[in-house]
Amino acid sequence: MVAQILFSMVLLTAIALFVRNVRRIVNAISMGRPQSINDQPALRWRKMLLVAIGQGKMVKRPISGFLHIIVYVGFLLVNIEMIEIMIDGIFGTHRIFGILGTPYNWLISGFEMLAIFVIVACIIFLVRRNILKVKRFQAVELTTWPRIDANIILLTEIILMSALLIMNAADTIILLRNCGIGVDCYSFLVSSLLLPIFNNLDTNTLIIIERAGWWIHILGVLAFLNYIPYSKHFHIALAFPNVWFSKLQPNAAMPNMPEVTREVEIMMGSRPESDAIENQGVFGAKDIVDLSWKNIMDSFACTECGRCSAVCPANQTGKKLSPRKIMMDTRDRAEELSLFKRLHGADSHDGKSLLGNYITAEEVWACTTCNACVEECPVTINQVSIILALRRYMVMEQSAAPSTINAMLTNIENNGAPWKYAAADRANWTKELYMNEVK
Amino acid sequence: MEETINKLKIKVPVMADLAAHGKTPEYLFWVGSAGSYDDRAKKISRAFAKLLAHAGVDYAILGTEESDSGEAAKRAGAEFNFQMQAIANIEVFKMYGVKKIVTCDPHDYSILKNEYAQLGAELEVYHHSQFLDKLIAQGKLKISNQYLASKTITFHDPCYLGRGNGVFDEPRNVIRSTGAHMVELKRSKIRSFCCGAGGAQMFKEAEKGKTEVFAARTEDVLEVTPDILCTACPFCMLMLTDGIKYKEKQEQIKVLDIAELLADALQL
Repeated sequence: MVAQILFSMVLLTAIALFVRNVRRIVNAISMGRPQSINDQPALRWRKMLLVAIGQGKMVKRPISGFLHIIVYVGFLLVNIEMIEIMIDGIFGTHRIFGILGTPYNWLISGFEMLAIFVIVACIIFLVRRNILKVKRFQAVELTTWPRIDANIILLTEIILMSALLIMNAADTIILLRNCGIGVDCYSFLVSSLLLPIFNNLDTNTLIIIERAGWWIHILGVLAFLNYIPYSKHFHIALAFPNVWFSKLQPNAAMPNMPEVTREVEIMMGSRPESDAIENQGVFGAKDIVDLSWKNIMDSFACTECGRCSAVCPANQTGKKLSPRKIMMDTRDRAEELSLFKRLHGADSHDGKSLLGNYITAEEVWACTTCNACVEECPVTINQVSIILALRRYMVMEQSAAPSTINAMLTNIENNGAPWKYAAADRANWTKELYMNEVK
Repeated sequence: MEETINKLKIKVPVMADLAAHGKTPEYLFWVGSAGSYDDRAKKISRAFAKLLAHAGVDYAILGTEESDSGEAAKRAGAEFNFQMQAIANIEVFKMYGVKKIVTCDPHDYSILKNEYAQLGAELEVYHHSQFLDKLIAQGKLKISNQYLASKTITFHDPCYLGRGNGVFDEPRNVIRSTGAHMVELKRSKIRSFCCGAGGAQMFKEAEKGKTEVFAARTEDVLEVTPDILCTACPFCMLMLTDGIKYKEKQEQIKVLDIAELLADALQL
């Protein structure tokens, strides 16, 4: 009874904390500018099915893609057992679904197989990060915390899965010893292999081990649940909506700014001057609040895998720009500013900004807008959209473009070409043009 | 049989001249700023004009009425500059009743097709790779010789054509139509590696790094040792020509636009 009350309290607290943590992230995302994204829902659902649920982009890198699918499927299915664990915990039952008989055996055996696969995959991931030192995980933006974060996640997953297997092994022996006195015996595929380790222990010790396994598993899961919103691992939740809300147009298509269209049309006389809007806010983005909410959601959906930077021409030729860092900076700044606003009021500002305090002009200007990062991202993050927003701010609000860019812009304004050539010479290439006529 | 070769002077038709005679051509050949002014890119425009003449396409250029598309300005973040250009160009399109556009520049192809459409332009836009592929399929450009059959050709996918807009097969079809042997680069199609010129990089110094993007891309090209490196973008052309020179391979590897390749194959 004490255990039931304790469990129920822990469960409720964990859920309440999780709700608070999620609300914290929702608040951070809602600092962004409004953007309406709800067109073509059928296409959006299909994309989500393919890219997020189906892991369509993950498998483009076959090794990590395959391992990730194991952990992903393992996570989804093993968590079904959480339903039983919660029912048992609340009502003081023991393996409530055991009444299913043989199918229960198969089910748990299947989960155990997955648990073993997950453990192996996580070990390989740890080896890739810490021993093989795969290049993607050695970048400068992966400072101490991001590296520890990744290792915590992988180790936690190994511990959770191990607890499950140990609990099952101990439980199997306890029940075997009680067999024949009205208890159904069961044995599961993987944990049964662990039986020799526990066979010599007395039943009381085994009960303690079984209970410890149970509590470690459930407490671990609940603790992990509340760790995730503070970690890069939140992608397990945001990957799905992030893909749903992603851009459906071709990679190269960049949205125009309607507020600029309005002003240009007024300037050109195709719109009355009375249409002008005063105080329409800054052009482009200097800080989080100038970005769209989708840009911020992108940053929280990022799990720092670095596939973007691994294909970025600027990053791969040693420039400072790293699309992964752009996303990490955006998230870190969003968290910083939303915390500040929570403490000091919604209208307060800490005087810092994404551009300048986090992302430098050198990074912003190194992008070739080739969209390799965007194409590569397994959760369809649009890094280029943030870079372009920062450029817009620098050009339209600060006139802080590199001088040769300014010259290019002036040329376009003056003579309709990015170079200083006379508009009258535009068709000079057509002069003295001859073609062979083969008879 | 003896061949006699006549030099035919090509007069590139201009929209205003046709309009003066009450004519509206089927296609506008949007030359773009690079194709109009850059010496290397002008050769691409000339090759394409020859192909259009050879295939008997009903087209015209805007000539001096064309103005920059605003593409580089847009990618640089100069939205005003871009939209001023775009809205003015769209007015010109409307004036001449332009419905279909073909261009050799993937940047302009992309911006005309995507961003201009957001500003209300109703255009059917083709990149010249798509256009040439179609002309070949229609039998309007027939290559009967084996002029390029012994050559190995590789293709560099321009970002704004391939990954940007999903055009992968058409330029390859054009290359294959010459009978040449085609090899793919290690990083190709959707995972092609940028030449380094996009996003207004063409108009600025590169940031400090351990190498240049065009040099890195040129190394991909050298790996497959082609006779000809083909591309389909004036900016990729400039960067890769520099890259091949930088690696001192200009004697071994020719850099050609697909239009130039085709015009060569047809001995135009």
